[in-house]
Amino acid sequence: MNTMTPAILAASTNLGPKFMLIAPEAVLFAGAVLCAVMGLSHARAFRAMVPWIAVVALIATFVTMLKMWTPEAATAAQLPMPMLGKYIIALLCVVGVGHVLASIGSVDRAVERQVASGTGAFDPVRVIQGEFYAFILLSLCGGMLLCHATDLVWLFLAFELCSLPTYVLVAIGRGADRSMEAAIKYFFLGAMSTATLLLGFAFLYGATGTLELSAMRESFQMQAQTGGIGSVAIVGMLLAVIGICFKLAAVPMHFYAPDVYEGASSPVAAFISFVPKVQGFVTLIVLLGTVGWSANGDSSIPPVIAAVLWMIAVLTMTLGNIGALLQRSAKRMLAYSSIANSGYMLVGILAGPTIGIDATLLYLLTYGVANLATFGSLAAIERNGHEVDSIDDLAGLRVRAPMVAAALAIGALSLTGIPPLLGFWGKLDLFVSSAESHQRTLLVIMALNSGVAAFYYLRLVAMPFVQEPTPRTQGVSPVPSVWPRLSALIFAAGCIALPFFANQLKGEAAAAARTDLDKQATVAQSVEK
Amino acid sequence: MTLAVLLIVLPLIGAVLCLGVSERAAKTVGLIASLVVLAAATLLAFEFPAWTTGAFWPNEEGWKLFTAFGVEFRLGTDAVGMLLIILTAVLIPCSMLVSFSAITQRQRGFYAQFLFMESAVMLAFLARDVILFYIGYEFTLVPLFLIVAIWGGQDRRPAAIKLWVYSFVGSVISLVGFIYLAAGHATDTGTPINFSVQTLVEYGQTLPASTQWWVFLAIMGGFAVKVPFVPVHSWLPLAHGEAPTAGSVVLAGVVIKIGQYGALRFAFPMAPEGALALAPFFAALALIGILGMSLVCWVQNDVKRLVAYSSIAHMGLALLAMFAFNVVGMEGGILYMVNHGLSTAGMFMCIGIMYERYHTKDMEVVGGLMQRMPVWSVFMVFFAMASLALPGLNGFVSEFLCLMGIYTADAGMKTGFPGILGPTYAFLAALALILGALYVLRMLQKFVFGPLREPSHGHGGHDSHGAHGHGNHAAHTIQDVNFREILAMAPLAIACIVIGIWPNPILNVIEPCAANAVAPYVKLIERDLANPPRATADDSATKAAAAPAADKGAIQ
Repeated sequence: MNTMTPAILAASTNLGPKFMLIAPEAVLFAGAVLCAVMGLSHARAFRAMVPWIAVVALIATFVTMLKMWTPEAATAAQLPMPMLGKYIIALLCVVGVGHVLASIGSVDRAVERQVASGTGAFDPVRVIQGEFYAFILLSLCGGMLLCHATDLVWLFLAFELCSLPTYVLVAIGRGADRSMEAAIKYFFLGAMSTATLLLGFAFLYGATGTLELSAMRESFQMQAQTGGIGSVAIVGMLLAVIGICFKLAAVPMHFYAPDVYEGASSPVAAFISFVPKVQGFVTLIVLLGTVGWSANGDSSIPPVIAAVLWMIAVLTMTLGNIGALLQRSAKRMLAYSSIANSGYMLVGILAGPTIGIDATLLYLLTYGVANLATFGSLAAIERNGHEVDSIDDLAGLRVRAPMVAAALAIGALSLTGIPPLLGFWGKLDLFVSSAESHQRTLLVIMALNSGVAAFYYLRLVAMPFVQEPTPRTQGVSPVPSVWPRLSALIFAAGCIALPFFANQLKGEAAAAARTDLDKQATVAQSVEK
Repeated sequence: MTLAVLLIVLPLIGAVLCLGVSERAAKTVGLIASLVVLAAATLLAFEFPAWTTGAFWPNEEGWKLFTAFGVEFRLGTDAVGMLLIILTAVLIPCSMLVSFSAITQRQRGFYAQFLFMESAVMLAFLARDVILFYIGYEFTLVPLFLIVAIWGGQDRRPAAIKLWVYSFVGSVISLVGFIYLAAGHATDTGTPINFSVQTLVEYGQTLPASTQWWVFLAIMGGFAVKVPFVPVHSWLPLAHGEAPTAGSVVLAGVVIKIGQYGALRFAFPMAPEGALALAPFFAALALIGILGMSLVCWVQNDVKRLVAYSSIAHMGLALLAMFAFNVVGMEGGILYMVNHGLSTAGMFMCIGIMYERYHTKDMEVVGGLMQRMPVWSVFMVFFAMASLALPGLNGFVSEFLCLMGIYTADAGMKTGFPGILGPTYAFLAALALILGALYVLRMLQKFVFGPLREPSHGHGGHDSHGAHGHGNHAAHTIQDVNFREILAMAPLAIACIVIGIWPNPILNVIEPCAANAVAPYVKLIERDLANPPRATADDSATKAAAAPAADKGAIQ
């Protein structure tokens, strides 16, 4: 696969600037194909290599992105937010590697054991590992492609490329009936939300007569100057927002999350609690960029949309946190926590481009890292060979698996926002952005919500460390593969170590949040001064 | 600067070492680490040049780690902070010493938690940036929660959860206040966000009174949970009641002091107008706390809870004195922080030592210990007297200053210490002295003096924790305090005596800091005096509000 990279690079130099930028995704796509093929190999060694191919593909994507994604190239491609892709691709690659590691050993376990012990022959129809990793890479690929969108068609196609594999992942990750149910629920609701999104796009097209984001933006600016943006466009935008809410697990499209997360295997639940969020927020940012966030840099989303987003944010964080309080299942609790976290991130969206978007992007990172530490810890343990689900199974985990217990506790504390862990800096940035955009009520609601959240995250700290092991937890042990544990530990260590790079992270996030027009505006402002 | 950083880093290293060594060696490693920190704190105290100037030192910018968030790693503290740092550095090794025999399970974790806590507390006292302070302030919660939840008594879980939720919500509310100020500063001046204490203090004082009112309510409201003030106090007796001895010592001696320190350092200077407007409200709460909790103490049979409730009353008095906003009151309040840390920590140690022998804290079950443990009884009576403010001991100095500050603070009196509050408040607060004498003497009478009462068997029957499952003490095997335990209590006792009979050095040190804290208020109070209607209206209204509430408490 590495030999293919230069070929692609060579080919891409002849194409337009936009294609130059897709090189990272092309690398990733090649990796996905390779994964799918290798997964069917008769040689066990080759099949065992599949996750590593995925890891190498992600690293290669990261390196390619660093090479290709220069400010000049991004400006030449006329992207609405030139450096957004750099940040998002880096984020998806790094956290994606963690997700791949966390799932090693969980797919095809029974089949591989049979083959290893000689009780069953290898049957390409029965293994799914190749597809599993291919779909993970494809979904990540879709999330990355979103950042290249300059028109609605591209946006929609990338959006779907990111979504569709996740439905399959939920279905195949576990092999239990419950995961089928979860997958069907996820798929049908997902299809409905996509339809809503598409209907919204149709309205937007109808209101502006164009699919190009920049042209649409000009049209909206024209409309805004001559008597306001039309109601068709507002309705279209709201429909699109609601469609996106499904991906964010935000109110009113949040209710599926607990069931689906519970039904999916832990590594898949970790994946769908993070990647679709990135997908949703990138889409939201790109889309809202057409109606608001004008060249002078302030948030001028039409008030109706701002009001709806405000309500969604408040309801999402509140319902998410209250829901999480009532759960006995660790995965359901984390599902509600993921709902609540979407609510927090919407606060950054509301605060607007220069002060809020970077906070949301930074929070995506802090959430992704801490969430993986937490979910990865759950993926790294099992009880009598089954997934650990109930919080009670975590009692006295420090005795059975001290490292996993530590990773779980650190991840949960980071999600709580205990300083100086990574999660605190993400929250601080969101708090500041809401204060700077004069959203005082939102600030207070958010603070109270994080107080509620402190209560239920505490269980993930107290159960493993405070409770003594119970008879029920006799069978709890780490999973055979060492990689899920390592992944959880690495990302827990990230929660501690990354704050030391807070300045750089924040700088990258701020660069990613800059729109092309902002740059012109700041130049204009500085000239005025 | 290096020493200041060391003070934060050394305990962290110690904690990691503690986690790494064997279970048997943990206590030694922990003690050595805490002694090294004490040595560093002593060196810092000798190097500290600003003992009598009230200035902040070293106050220079360190690592540029979080500048993108407006957070600078600026360390520096004034004399008050230094006193509290020394108090912390002394209390941690002492509390470790008393735990040597009490903690038999998971010792590595135990000593590591104390060192984690020490590091966080040092950061809170050294920070010159509110977020830096907040990191220390908030992080103390994690070790504290674990100490109560793992090594605590029978009902440790609900106690620990309550501690966690109350403190977390409280500190987030303070954080909102800080962020609101910082964001206001950033938008008003067009500069990037900046959380430096200096900047926020200067900006906060320029805000209109109505904004300051909200800012003060948020910041002080958060700290009020930690102090604690009355409606949000209920976590403290629970936590104290269930915490292991060393946990109680550190909680009473250090952690709740961060709340008062925060009020002094952040809430008062950042929103003086708001503080003046809300002072009657908080003063009323403090009075309710002082009187109500003293009455609660009177009927407590659990000695540890009794001391915990008395601690709420004492902190109420300290805060009330600060709310007088004159130099005397401020001085008294600050000194009270230190003294309360010494005497209450000493009482908790005594009770812990007793508990280790009898496994009960019920005064009905155990009493007359003078006959069994005479040396222990001397310490117990001594610390009780110190907290009762017996003249000649440290408590008297601070309590006298507090009451004097409150009394002379009446705006109309020409005492030379203008402030708010006044004789009414002082009178009600002084009632607490009488009540204090009542409950402390009742406790001593039952607990120390009188006929010997001991539980029929050493275990008192209600200790399910299992940490003390070693042998069955027959009553006659009860030993008096041993050398190690005396070593743990002696430094506190000596400090109590020294401050009691020779308070001048420490008062000289505190005075400039108190003057600094009061400085923004002098002008405001003069303005209010020149402009009486508002002041008197406020004053009489709150007096009316405070008096019935206090009366009600007294009748009960």
